[in-house]
Amino acid sequence: MALPKYTETRYRIWHYFYIAICTFVFIFLIAPLFVIFPLSFNAEEFLVFSEGMKNLDPDAFSLRWYKDMVYGTKNPWGLAAKNSFIIAIFATLGSVILGTVAALGLSSRHMPFKGIIMATLISPMIVPLIISGVAIFFFMAKAGLAATHTGIVLAHIILGTPFVVITVTATLSGFDHSVTRAAASLGSNPVNTFMKVTLPLILPGVISGGLFAFVTSFDEVVVVLFLAGLENTTIPIQMWTGLREQLSPTILAVATCLIVLSTLILISAELLRRRSERLRGINR
Amino acid sequence: MSSETKQILTTDGIPLEISLKKAERKNKIKAFLLVAPLLLFLIITYIFPIGEMFTRSIDDKMITNMLPKTFKSMETWDGKELPSEEVFASFLSDFKILVEKKEHGKLAQRLNKEKNGFNTITKKLFRQVKRNKIDETQSIKEQIMKVHKRWRNVEYWQAIKRTAPPYTSAKYLKAMDMYLNEDNKITQVSEDRRIHRILWLRTVEVAFFVTVFCFLMGYPIAHLLATLPMKYSNLLMICVLLPFWTSLLVRTASWMILLQQQGVVNDFFVMIGIVADDNRPEMMYNKVGTYVAMTQILLPFMVLPLYSVMKTISPSLMRAGKSLGGTPFVAFWKVYFPLTIPGIGAGCLLVFILAIGYYITPALVGGASGTLISNQIAYHMKTTLDWSFASAMGLMLLGGVLVIYWLYNKLVGVDNIKLG
Repeated sequence: MALPKYTETRYRIWHYFYIAICTFVFIFLIAPLFVIFPLSFNAEEFLVFSEGMKNLDPDAFSLRWYKDMVYGTKNPWGLAAKNSFIIAIFATLGSVILGTVAALGLSSRHMPFKGIIMATLISPMIVPLIISGVAIFFFMAKAGLAATHTGIVLAHIILGTPFVVITVTATLSGFDHSVTRAAASLGSNPVNTFMKVTLPLILPGVISGGLFAFVTSFDEVVVVLFLAGLENTTIPIQMWTGLREQLSPTILAVATCLIVLSTLILISAELLRRRSERLRGINR
Repeated sequence: MSSETKQILTTDGIPLEISLKKAERKNKIKAFLLVAPLLLFLIITYIFPIGEMFTRSIDDKMITNMLPKTFKSMETWDGKELPSEEVFASFLSDFKILVEKKEHGKLAQRLNKEKNGFNTITKKLFRQVKRNKIDETQSIKEQIMKVHKRWRNVEYWQAIKRTAPPYTSAKYLKAMDMYLNEDNKITQVSEDRRIHRILWLRTVEVAFFVTVFCFLMGYPIAHLLATLPMKYSNLLMICVLLPFWTSLLVRTASWMILLQQQGVVNDFFVMIGIVADDNRPEMMYNKVGTYVAMTQILLPFMVLPLYSVMKTISPSLMRAGKSLGGTPFVAFWKVYFPLTIPGIGAGCLLVFILAIGYYITPALVGGASGTLISNQIAYHMKTTLDWSFASAMGLMLLGGVLVIYWLYNKLVGVDNIKLG
């Protein structure tokens, strides 16, 4: 953002001040993520930068905590990771199927009571998690699903569907419905039309909704804390207990892995968004 | 000519209007059937349980079911002087059934909550009943009154009568640090026991200031992102999106490392000489930690809606403002800023709603002075197991959020929520 030559001094000062503020905010946003990185390779047990690390001494760095994460004898991370992935995958599948089908109905112009139904479907996203947690716990306890994988998957479907509904309805808002009519006129039944025509076109929206649902489930801790038993422990639960009790560098190793994972998810979400915008003709 | 012949008919002889209506209805049902599975699922697993929270929060049936005859005979009692023989007799017969079922302890506990002192006198009465000391051919009233002097005190009988209704507002009053006194008047608890009101105020205060901080920090960078050329803004957008996609616990953990006394932030302050090395300020386990961490965590929710609104504002509007004689400040304030108000509304309400229900971050970095109402709800759900009290507080919080949600819907519309 080069300033034109005729800019007065006070606006020049203001401009640099503005750039300084923005720089500060960007550092504020991103820097905390990068602190974890070097500290997770710390050879010592403390969560501060040692003198050796400040002098970039190679002996001050080690993979000790990563080894502990994977091979540690009493470590729950293996079980937690397995549970987290199983729960997140099933919750994502459930959210995507229920959410996409509902979004198809919602974006039809014949849909009755659209406003109130939309508000109901989005509500798990708006209601504070602690309240959702209490309500879902009451239901699961009654249904005998507390402390089961099924119960947690169902809970995460509840929390994940709003994201799918929102992204898919957004994708469908630019959808040209004449292509489905064309398919129907060519003798295709509705299911076939959906699978062969509609779904490929809205796929970017569906997948990015699915990514949201996956991250929601993978990162969810409030509801799971109410529902999970010892057998159902997940990565967020282990992190929560770890952060409350003994802040060990192993947590930082796990956190680094999670940051890498979220970077991958971010990249795929961005690619999908661009593709979807191209398909909808938003990008000029 | 009759009116029927004027109607347009479809090929199978049905009037067009009816045929169209039929088709319309069919389409409506089709659309609704698509939404039905999710709607039904949410109603059963989510909306109903929230309703159940309400019945749980006002439920007081336990004692109503314990003393059915007593409450029946108390209906005619005016509550001013000691009740009649009949009330005493039905109380004794209810009590005997409870003793058989070994539930008299529960009764004592519940009554003791209503008025202190019931524990002792219920135990005394229990011993008498257990030893069959009470002769039912004599006046039961006289005999019960002999058990303990408090059974002669009308206030205790008034307390029993107060527990008669199957529903109670006590939990809601408790959440506001109030209770119903002997005359059924709402009274405040003594000053040193008012803990909940502080928590409510603190929750609103934290949510408000976090929203303000997010706005102050989010507005400039959203503006920068919207005005920079694509290739730079895409790169900077990662700074907003990466935290957005990163686990909440990871970000909280990094703040715990940064803000600790030997942490990077304190190191930095010592280095530039703001604070002395032996006098490092405590930045965690208090409100400072809560504010800093929550602002960073919720900032993307402010930037994204602002950005999507600012992106649609044409830069030529600012140029026009300037060419008409406005200084850059005037052009910004009179032209640009009003156009971003929808984005400001969306971002602020989103951040406020999220902040008011926050639980994890305050619990980890907040310490005692940083805990919010959500922490209190979780505490009662898990530790004291007073689920009806947790439900009552949860619903009060939900009420507040729904009001804000309604405002949000009015101002921005739910369908305009943008993600990423």
